[in-house]
Amino acid sequence: MNPDLIDHEFEKTSPYLVGREKVREFSRAVFASNPVHLSVEAARNAGYPDLVAPPTFAIVVQQLTLDQLFAVEDAGIELTHVVHGSQQFGYSRPIVAGDELTAQLRVTSIKTLGGNAMVTAETAVHDIDGEHVVTATSTLVVRGDA
Amino acid sequence: MTAAHEDLGLSPAGSEDHGADPHAGLEIVHEYEVGDIVAEATYPLTRESLVRYAGASGDFNAIHYRDDIAAEVGLPGVLAHGMLTMGLAIQPVVDWLGDPALVADYQVRFTRPVVVDPVAGAEITVEAKIAQLDEEAGTARVDLTVSVEGATVLGKAQVRVTLP
Repeated sequence: MNPDLIDHEFEKTSPYLVGREKVREFSRAVFASNPVHLSVEAARNAGYPDLVAPPTFAIVVQQLTLDQLFAVEDAGIELTHVVHGSQQFGYSRPIVAGDELTAQLRVTSIKTLGGNAMVTAETAVHDIDGEHVVTATSTLVVRGDA
Repeated sequence: MTAAHEDLGLSPAGSEDHGADPHAGLEIVHEYEVGDIVAEATYPLTRESLVRYAGASGDFNAIHYRDDIAAEVGLPGVLAHGMLTMGLAIQPVVDWLGDPALVADYQVRFTRPVVVDPVAGAEITVEAKIAQLDEEAGTARVDLTVSVEGATVLGKAQVRVTLP
């Protein structure tokens, strides 16, 4: 595990357009039953411009930045050795179909525990107006070679 | 009307314009107490659920659908995606709140893998309980107990919400 990752500057991802059917598909996959996730009419009646994505949909956008992390040369992260330790989302507002979202990653902490490393990856997600939507933080445990 | 709604600039259900001074003479009293169970639900997971989540999320790690690969890396079986468990565990809370915009923060630790048997599947139960209340701010911390066969699978599963 390369400790220099903490200083690595990751580029903003290119805009991710949140599709209405993607929101429906994700909603069904996480057993979301609130009608604002499935019915455009219900979402609009509740004051939203379109379908509302479930709270953990932000992981789809965060994943694009984690892929950047895994792709860093000399990162020392073997994907098959990565375990998801914890996850957090801090919301300014829900993600809505039609949003164009960009995400930027920061590695905020790297700790070594025995042969394992614990990486905290914080991804800030903004909309096309530059307004904050959600910050997604993952702690990944990278198992050392046994 | 809640602070969260105002921050959003959105007008979700229940925030209709009541005139110049919507709070005049109105005292908001929440009927909740610490320890109240506000939502409960049970989710039967099958291998189909895992394939569906893989497609929806783009997480195609083979340990979530192939027994041989799960065995090869030393796992007790094919596992549910941690993010699937996290994703479904908040649904009873969203249903209770009635509006996903009232969720301010959601965190979990993945403490125990959920093995999904090819025939029997797995059943995840969720219980959401109020752990902290701030009456003045109208906010609460809701703790989730998420378990399979009586064993909890998520640790420190906490949702910070604006009360409905």
